[in-house]
Amino acid sequence: MSVDLATVRRIAHLARIALRDDEAPHVQQELNAMLAFVEELNAVDVDGVEPMTSVIPMRLPLRQDVVTDHAGADVITANAPGAEDHFFVVPKVVE
Amino acid sequence: MTDVNTLTLAEARDAVQAKEISALELTQAHLAAMEKARALNAYVVETPEKALDMAKASDARIASGDAGPLEGLPLGIKDLYATQGVHMQACSHVLDGFKPQYESTVTSQLWRDGAVLLGKLNMDEFAMGSSNETSYYGPVASPWLPANWDAAQGREALKGDKKGLLVPGGSSGGSAAAVAAHLCLGATATDTGGSIRQPAAYTGTVGIKPTYGRCSRWGIAAFASSLDQAGPIARTVRDNAILLRSMAGHDAKDSTSVDMAVPDYEAAVGRSIKGKKIGIPKEYRIDGMPAEIESLWQQGIDWLRAAGAEIVDISLPYTKTALPAYYIVAPAEASSNLARYDGVRYGLRVPGKDIASMYENTRAEGFGHEVRRRIMIGTYVLSAGYYDAYYVRAQKIRTLIKRDFELAYANGIDAILTPATPSAAFGIGEKTSADPVEMYLNDVFTVTVNMAGLPGIAVPGGLSAQGLPLGLQVIGRPFDEETLFSVAEVIEQSAGRIKLPQAWW
Repeated sequence: MSVDLATVRRIAHLARIALRDDEAPHVQQELNAMLAFVEELNAVDVDGVEPMTSVIPMRLPLRQDVVTDHAGADVITANAPGAEDHFFVVPKVVE
Repeated sequence: MTDVNTLTLAEARDAVQAKEISALELTQAHLAAMEKARALNAYVVETPEKALDMAKASDARIASGDAGPLEGLPLGIKDLYATQGVHMQACSHVLDGFKPQYESTVTSQLWRDGAVLLGKLNMDEFAMGSSNETSYYGPVASPWLPANWDAAQGREALKGDKKGLLVPGGSSGGSAAAVAAHLCLGATATDTGGSIRQPAAYTGTVGIKPTYGRCSRWGIAAFASSLDQAGPIARTVRDNAILLRSMAGHDAKDSTSVDMAVPDYEAAVGRSIKGKKIGIPKEYRIDGMPAEIESLWQQGIDWLRAAGAEIVDISLPYTKTALPAYYIVAPAEASSNLARYDGVRYGLRVPGKDIASMYENTRAEGFGHEVRRRIMIGTYVLSAGYYDAYYVRAQKIRTLIKRDFELAYANGIDAILTPATPSAAFGIGEKTSADPVEMYLNDVFTVTVNMAGLPGIAVPGGLSAQGLPLGLQVIGRPFDEETLFSVAEVIEQSAGRIKLPQAWW
């Protein structure tokens, strides 16, 4: 399987990575090289094989739904590129 | 005592506990060595003030009889680990300025046991790479010089783009280079497809990837969550055993961390391997494997047999599917894990005309080439219409890979011996321009272990014709790291401790 330029642009948008028009053909070539590399997996017979969900057999632990380590809003927003009054600031999203 | 930084971690521990040297002296010696070695680019951040404070606190605890098992031992920490108030960027531009407000579980356990933080170590961006060349902070030069190079030539290359010098491997290239160059007694590292074992093999050091679930992943930037494991790199098998005991253990904050007692791994170092069944998988004899890798492997087999182990030929038929399946599973998980880097909560923000273009611009500029490529391939294999064909199929193949190992272990195999890498270290810039797959082939012997969640250790077995280190890998049963330490110690004793390069930098 290989991807065309329109698909490359769609993937880039899904991944939220800006892609310049002049970069797209190179990215297409690289993605197709990787897809060619994984192509051999199509020859493996996987009928009746369960897909792996956990590499070590274990039961996922449950805990009480309570706050365990509330660090405080100062700490949570300390590294934000834009923060005001304990809120993350982003460009306007509603008119 | 001079050159205390060339002691092994075990020797330094014994000397500190016996008060023959102080933690402060030991730390100062390392800080001085780091300063002289800056051109290697192994550390991205040095924390001398913190190191000296921690060393003084260690000396106080030693004086009062409260010394921990790692008291006063200076370590380097891979930049993937959160260190409270200290730079942590996974060597990515997208995490510019990020100083975590919390400490990773693994590093908190090292400090609990008395270790000293020297600084943060260079790595491939988000651990995606096999040569440390994808770091935003530039490549790390291996302390091993290429064949026929003299010190002056090496120093000259360090001043420029480092081309021609050797890579330390990756992604834990800074960790491996710092350990090999005596810039720390040991280092933390992580391994998703070989990122502990391959750099250890390239630098003549020892590194163990423990069983999935053995160490907590909490506070370690996630690459591929079902494959990532923390582990140490150090100069000897014993040093690895000492470090792993402190790093391992159950953590309620990582739901995949296993609630099992942590054994005294050091006690397994030197334990007899008489009667152990060692499997030799025929599928690891790949086309085009250099003769020196073949003979290294044979040498390893002979050493283990001489130590009383029983050598058994085995088959792991799905071996060759592991690398392509890995390049579906790992990017898929990465594309999901790295969605959080969007310019809102931390790190870099590149403005755009609206919020969507802010995300897109931030991620385009913040992520390097290799990371963008893997996110995109991961996004593709998870996208509607392709999920079953790629991702689900790869996870089924993963079941088959794991079954191979389970069958071998059910037949009484205790551990498996393979080469760690298909070649010795290559040059900086040598494999960057070509097909990405060429670089990925470095991990052909290590990636199966991550896919099956097993423990694996890389230990030096000898030198190549060019005088560069070559490593052997021992793969074990789940949670049987002790057998790995016993077998690896036999290899280390038989091969003789590798002579690490003198400082030429």
